[in-house]
Amino acid sequence: MSKVKSPGLAKWLISGPPLLYLLIFFAIPTLIMIFSAFRFPGEYGGLMPLVDIHPDTGVRTLLINSQNWRDFLTLENFSRFFEDGVYVELFVKSFWYAGLTTLFCIILAYPLAWLIARSPKKYRDLLILLVILPFWSNFLIRVYAWMIILGPQGYFAMTVNSVLAWFGIGPQQFLFTHFAVIVVLVYVHLPFMVLPLYANLEKHDMALLAAAQDLGASAWQRFWRITWPLSLPGVWAGAALVFIPALGMFAVPDLVGGTDGIMVGNLIKQQFLDSRDWPFGSTLSIMLTGGVLLLAVLATLISRGRKK
Amino acid sequence: MTKQNKWLWAVALLTYGFLYLPLVIVVVYSFNDSRLNAEWVGFTFKWYRILFNNEQMLLAARNSLLIGVITSVFATIFGTLAGMAMYKYKLRLLPVLVLTPIAIPEILMGVSLLMFFVMLNMTLGLFSVALAHIAFCIGFVAIVVRSRLQGMDEALVEAARDLGATPLQAFYLITMPLIMPGIIAGALMAFTLSIDDFVITFFTAGAGASTLPLQIYSMIRIAVTPEVNAISTLLMLLTLALILIAGKLAPGALRAK
Repeated sequence: MSKVKSPGLAKWLISGPPLLYLLIFFAIPTLIMIFSAFRFPGEYGGLMPLVDIHPDTGVRTLLINSQNWRDFLTLENFSRFFEDGVYVELFVKSFWYAGLTTLFCIILAYPLAWLIARSPKKYRDLLILLVILPFWSNFLIRVYAWMIILGPQGYFAMTVNSVLAWFGIGPQQFLFTHFAVIVVLVYVHLPFMVLPLYANLEKHDMALLAAAQDLGASAWQRFWRITWPLSLPGVWAGAALVFIPALGMFAVPDLVGGTDGIMVGNLIKQQFLDSRDWPFGSTLSIMLTGGVLLLAVLATLISRGRKK
Repeated sequence: MTKQNKWLWAVALLTYGFLYLPLVIVVVYSFNDSRLNAEWVGFTFKWYRILFNNEQMLLAARNSLLIGVITSVFATIFGTLAGMAMYKYKLRLLPVLVLTPIAIPEILMGVSLLMFFVMLNMTLGLFSVALAHIAFCIGFVAIVVRSRLQGMDEALVEAARDLGATPLQAFYLITMPLIMPGIIAGALMAFTLSIDDFVITFFTAGAGASTLPLQIYSMIRIAVTPEVNAISTLLMLLTLALILIAGKLAPGALRAK
């Protein structure tokens, strides 16, 4: 089966069904969401209708036309987003949370990935499997485990608080704080950082490090001037895999963040399910995607600039 | 081992501890004879008994299994076709449609499908959840199948063709059996992803269908009860079993999630 260029019946028989399914259940809904960001909310939530259905006859008439489209389409949702400081602030905070999560994931994952990559070949698969295994258990179970640990009756809170009390500092709350959100986000996303880092570090040519050592480079110099720059593609890949899902998260802030810990995801969820303001919810979703894309473009430019 | 490596291994051990501690706690507390997830009082199976008498929980489990089976069947068919198409042909649109759902925040797919289903006047429930799950599982199956095809020896197919096999025969007799482990691993992966999914299910289930993750979510939002420890332990066991099977069939498959 080499790459065949000529389109034939076989090509359509094979690629047709998945293409059609994803067009209907992914592409069209996404386009609807983009379009919805430019519409008005309906009287009872949802979207303001573009088509009128006669209650008795069921006849459909298109309400929007070339003259009156301004009554149906608007940029108001976007100006609402930028004018109300609350939304921008929440976005900045969410990007900050996701950024911190990514940073801590790099710090925790790097030594582990490095060691696994340097361990004898026969143990590597087992060690990496041990990293992945916990993350195949349900995501909510892992969040829930942290609710137990950080909760006021958990050993963690009790121990830390007894130490704090010894220093004369009052009891601290850990669950329902920013701290809890970051800890759980890091925990939930850690393997997404370990895997690409490991894949990258495993391929490094050890002769380079040996040569550097022969030339008198210290361990730190060898790390910063050889291993780290060579591992950057792995770091970037891991950062994308951690940052993007962390940014859109709503369950973690919901469960362990309390009122202060909410993120963009919570706001989007609220627009769709509670306020039923679909247009604004769509706008927020688009801004979220836009933010991610912007960062991706910036990251590509930075890494390209470095190479030159 | 050098002195430096000893330190690194200590750090690595701590990280492994960080990864496993929460899960160990859940399992241990599921056998604790106390309402509170605090002190150890004594060993008991009572939370498992209470769990198996919880009608809502059983219904949610049944829904999860049903959606999981439907999803894995259809996602495997579509995903296998997509993986084959991506391997065999130069395509533009299909790879984008297959890979983007994996790359974007899940919540976006959840809310856009919610709007889509409501606009179609569809009743939100088991059916809409299954449709949504199939959509996001296709990509994962496609990746596993494609990587299996890439690892396949082309010469075998060519040899079959030289011996007079038609393209269809070559596919059935050679390609299909060779990529079968990948297809089965993909199916198991789709099943686990479907059973585990919370975000997309949350938006597309409406009031019509509760799944295990939705049930767990509503329980832990209100109050933490040891019943959740019990169901969590059982779910972990189920997932572990599926992973071990998938791992035996396609070692590379585990890394795709």
